[in-house]
Amino acid sequence: MLSIKNLQAGIEGKDILKGINLDIKPGEVHAIMGPNGSGKSTLASVLAGRQDYEVTGGSVEFNGKDLLEFSPEQRAGEGLFLAFQYPVEIPGLSTVNFMKTAVNEVRKYRGEEPLDAVAFLKLMKEKMALVNISKELLTRSLNEGFSGGEKKRNEVFQMAMLEPKLAILDETDSGLDIDAIRIAAHGVNAIRTKDNAVLVITHYQRLLDYIVPDFVHVLYNGRIVKSGTKELALELEETGYDQIKSDYQFA
Amino acid sequence: MNDGLSTIEKTIASDYKYGFTSDLEAESAPKGLNEDIIRFISAKKNEPGWLLEWRLKAYRHWLTMTEPNWANVNYPKVDFQDVIYYSAPKQRVKPNSLDEVDPELLRTFEKLGISMAEQKRLTGVAVDAVIDSVSVGTSFKEELAELGIIFCSMSEAVQEHPELIKKYLGSVVPMTDNFYSALNSAVFTDGSFCYIPKGVRCPMELSTYFRINAENTGQFERTLIVADESSYVSYLEGCTAPMRDENQLHAAVVELIALDHAEIKYSTVQNWYPGDKDGKGGIYNFVTKRGICQGAHSKISWTQVETGSAVTWKYPSCILKGDYSVGEFYSVAVTNHHQQADTGTKMIHLGKNTRSRIVSKGISAGVSQNSYRGLVSVSKNAANARNFSQCDSLLLGDRCGAHTFPYIEVKNSSAQVEHEATTSKIGEDQIFYCNQRGIDTETAVALIVNGFAKEVMNQLPMEFAVEAQKLLAITLEGSVG
Repeated sequence: MLSIKNLQAGIEGKDILKGINLDIKPGEVHAIMGPNGSGKSTLASVLAGRQDYEVTGGSVEFNGKDLLEFSPEQRAGEGLFLAFQYPVEIPGLSTVNFMKTAVNEVRKYRGEEPLDAVAFLKLMKEKMALVNISKELLTRSLNEGFSGGEKKRNEVFQMAMLEPKLAILDETDSGLDIDAIRIAAHGVNAIRTKDNAVLVITHYQRLLDYIVPDFVHVLYNGRIVKSGTKELALELEETGYDQIKSDYQFA
Repeated sequence: MNDGLSTIEKTIASDYKYGFTSDLEAESAPKGLNEDIIRFISAKKNEPGWLLEWRLKAYRHWLTMTEPNWANVNYPKVDFQDVIYYSAPKQRVKPNSLDEVDPELLRTFEKLGISMAEQKRLTGVAVDAVIDSVSVGTSFKEELAELGIIFCSMSEAVQEHPELIKKYLGSVVPMTDNFYSALNSAVFTDGSFCYIPKGVRCPMELSTYFRINAENTGQFERTLIVADESSYVSYLEGCTAPMRDENQLHAAVVELIALDHAEIKYSTVQNWYPGDKDGKGGIYNFVTKRGICQGAHSKISWTQVETGSAVTWKYPSCILKGDYSVGEFYSVAVTNHHQQADTGTKMIHLGKNTRSRIVSKGISAGVSQNSYRGLVSVSKNAANARNFSQCDSLLLGDRCGAHTFPYIEVKNSSAQVEHEATTSKIGEDQIFYCNQRGIDTETAVALIVNGFAKEVMNQLPMEFAVEAQKLLAITLEGSVG
């Protein structure tokens, strides 16, 4: 589904990703872990097409297409979703209206008819139940005055609405207490199928107790320095990132 | 290398969507202004002697005045002798129904998306259409007449309701009020008149579409709305104009009078030609709008969505004379490219326990300048007056300007006056967030801007709100890319 080969990217002339290789197949959950400043969020931003970042080498193939050729909105249409670490606020725009626009723009991209109000409401109700979010929250201005947990739950709701092929979760657990993590993780698990895939980016192992990964990769200094199964995450929890840092300082 | 600003500069290239000219035969006065022209207009309209005298008095006063220059706008001086002050579409007989109206005229309306037939049938809106200063079709008149409501063109009102016109014309905006209102008083050609009798709640939104058509024709409408005791009316004014290379002057006067317990809601969507992206052409919109809450417990509410015109100079105001009267001003002003807007309101508290509310949302893009100018005045006798003002500005890009000039004059110590103001920018983060959900940048800007303006848009009647939302999006097309 996703094939990243020797991806290099940076910002303002500074190299951050120094050759990433990663393959994700349908149905899989991959976790990327690493210390602060290792390039985790940069990877998420580059995959989503954020303009601030410049790709300087390598390739990314998404379902057989060159992902890097697409604009951010085209990538969304192709089925890529990014749950933001810091979801933005848009005063005066409700999540409902935002999602109605988003769902229909994505449908338009795929050559599908737009959903009418009735069909949209039906879909929304279904997904609200799935990720356990209240209607009250969805009719308020997008993320404005939301708590950290509400913002992340809103991200998961949007993910459910857009039914992506690949969902990237950028530090979805940051700033959340354990109950909020559990609720967010429950939502993510509820929308997993054998046809879609999840890429979890996280600093801590605890989110992976709830979203159990098939593969864990350790990102350090712009490269994936170690890959393994979920046990690797537990191991990291034990030893911390210092071991990795000293092992790969000069890598 | 944040590409943000260059991104925001990219989309500056949308053509004015209503830039077409319809081919109507006009019967015009020669260019220029003198007493003979005013006599010509008055004779054309078969006006009584007192009105001609009124016009001439206004003209003579106008000659002693100079154009105001305190507004935060810059434009070349208008040559008032280079303007045609009267031009009427030629019509053999006065139409009794739409079928008799020049089909070319009807097509013009259709292009604007306001087919009268459609409106009559579907929305229940009575439309008094003004093209080039003369009303050509009025609908629903009979239905309104049954309730005693008078809704007709100003020319017709002069003929048929001279006592009302004589009593109220110039009673809120005196002919000597300002340079443009004096000019308007001298040369106004038509407009709308509306009278709601005691205790009547007008059952439909009354609506007028103004449109400037013949070349070099200044447009000087006069609107007068009188709501008698305990009556209610909601009035809609919408404007679009065809594309022109020369600047065109527009100086309208609108007067509202609300008697005891009466309420007038006046909504405007203004979409005149703003000029092209290089600032060539466009309408000069110098309008005087003022309402008086004459009676106790009366209410006047202005809602405006201003997206057009090259230069806007406009301050819809309320004189709160009656005790417990209420004035409201809700405004969205959008400027793009080289547009300049200096707009706001005046709330003059004279009566006791009067209240006013001002919500102004300014949106600037391109190299435009957008100013809010507002006055809240509480007189010595206006005990317990209250005002709340909120002025928010949204900037797109870093070459436009937003300015706020609030004036507050309080002469009664029991008054409570509050003013809040914010300035924000559309962030690249917000746009990227929308992009990531599959929404292109243009649509994202429309969503963000409409969210910003929501509080005002909510004040618009339904049939107007949708049009206004589209207009915001059209106006800002190309401002972010």
